[in-house]
Amino acid sequence: MSTTVVQPVPRSFGRMMGRGARDWLPAVAIFVIGIALWEGLVRGLHVQRFLLPAPSEILNTFWDERDTLVSAGLFTFKEAVGGFLIGSAFAVLVALVLARWRPLGNALMPYAIAANAVPIIAFAPITNNWFGILSPASKMAIAAVIVFFPVMVNTLRGLTSVRPESVELMHSYAARERDIFRRVRIPTSLPYLFTGLKVATVLAMIGAIVGDYFGGSQDALGIQIRRSAGIFAFEEAWAAIFVASVLGIAFYGAVALAERVVLSWHPSVRGGRE
Amino acid sequence: MNEQAAVVSLKSVTKDFQRGGVRALQEIDLEVRPREFISLIGPSGCGKSTLLRIVGDLVPPTSGEVVVNGKQAHQARLDRDYGIVFQDAVLYDWRTVAKNIALPLEMLDWDRARRSQRVREMVELVELGGFEDHYPWQLSGGMQQRVSIARALAFDPPLLLMDEPFGALDEMTRERMNMELLRIWQESGSTIVFVTHSIAEAVFLSTRVVVMSPRPGRITGIVDIDLPQPRNTDTREQERFFELVTEVRELLRTGDRSGEELPA
Repeated sequence: MSTTVVQPVPRSFGRMMGRGARDWLPAVAIFVIGIALWEGLVRGLHVQRFLLPAPSEILNTFWDERDTLVSAGLFTFKEAVGGFLIGSAFAVLVALVLARWRPLGNALMPYAIAANAVPIIAFAPITNNWFGILSPASKMAIAAVIVFFPVMVNTLRGLTSVRPESVELMHSYAARERDIFRRVRIPTSLPYLFTGLKVATVLAMIGAIVGDYFGGSQDALGIQIRRSAGIFAFEEAWAAIFVASVLGIAFYGAVALAERVVLSWHPSVRGGRE
Repeated sequence: MNEQAAVVSLKSVTKDFQRGGVRALQEIDLEVRPREFISLIGPSGCGKSTLLRIVGDLVPPTSGEVVVNGKQAHQARLDRDYGIVFQDAVLYDWRTVAKNIALPLEMLDWDRARRSQRVREMVELVELGGFEDHYPWQLSGGMQQRVSIARALAFDPPLLLMDEPFGALDEMTRERMNMELLRIWQESGSTIVFVTHSIAEAVFLSTRVVVMSPRPGRITGIVDIDLPQPRNTDTREQERFFELVTEVRELLRTGDRSGEELPA
């Protein structure tokens, strides 16, 4: 009997995150050092405020303006999440259809690739016109379109990168195409899907904020950044960027966490093969 | 029924691959009787894996007749008359050992209680007790292949098709797996068609060895392996074992030579 076995990793929360304290401490140290350097250099070299405020000033401004900024942040975050959900759902649907009917997929792929090369953000003024400049739907539309392609391509690649033997095995059980999708293709595609979704969180935030730049509700993050910068209130612009960053990282983190829960069987999540 | 009906019956099976017009198999005739252990051996390109897939109705033959378990190969596949084991274990990463073994049972709509009962039996048969909840990546190559064998036998198919199942294992593990397979074959009472490129493995395991040659793939000869059953580690040291190994090797060589003479 062969007994070379990797024992399952104990599933503490730290392990769930794939890292122990020893692994993330260096990253935390770098963060602290980086912020300290920023603060020290700005003070030491007397960098002008409108060029780069010190982190402490940004944080102070954030605290003073927290009500406005958090409300604006949540407004833009809703636009981003809405666009993310609509775009991703549509992308997964299209990927499933294209994987199921390959000739259709082959016929449509060149256009999908061409569409992806279009700088979608250029459409922002148009979607404002379509959905109403004050409606969050106009920003969601941009975020959704930006998100669509990476999610669709990744999911399609996952659905079609099944090993031939896996499909032969299902055929040996007289499986129908539906069974093969449910039991082989979709589970195989999940790691690819999540790779696409993680990219999509970042793109959705970018889409929503840049969408704001083209006008809309005053209570949106992009508008706040543009307005503050316009009146030389750069600490306020930076404070708004800080809010955008925190929300973006939280968004990415939430999807990464969902990935770890859904793909708990995946070697990359469970610590990998030794 | 005359005598014992064949489990697999091939009549002048020919396979051409459209791309490049390559003839992979030419006029293959073969009968596999119940409880036989047949090995297909030959150099790469002799079409032995293609032949196995034709028996399993995973690849259609260009011409010829394929009868499995008394019916057309296609019907036999729809009736789940065979289990198959590939060179890679082809386990689904997202399923535990128990769930991988249960896969064909789910496809057959067995209820949960019956499934877990059978999975327990199969885990015992391949001696993987205690590993039911492990994921494939937590197992060694040999253990993965045992899961794959358990999955193939779980629904008790009369025929087991094996495509170089131990080709990726080291020599030690392979010999141990050979012993395991013979024990499982005895206990399960199934018929096995086994593709290999190892002469020693073919002779040790089989009741008959089918020697094939390439370009186009055809049967050069069939060697009856009259080594006593059950076989054990001593079998490999018997004089008769070496005689049979030599006989198979000679057949492989003549097949190869005739293939080389053609273009000259």
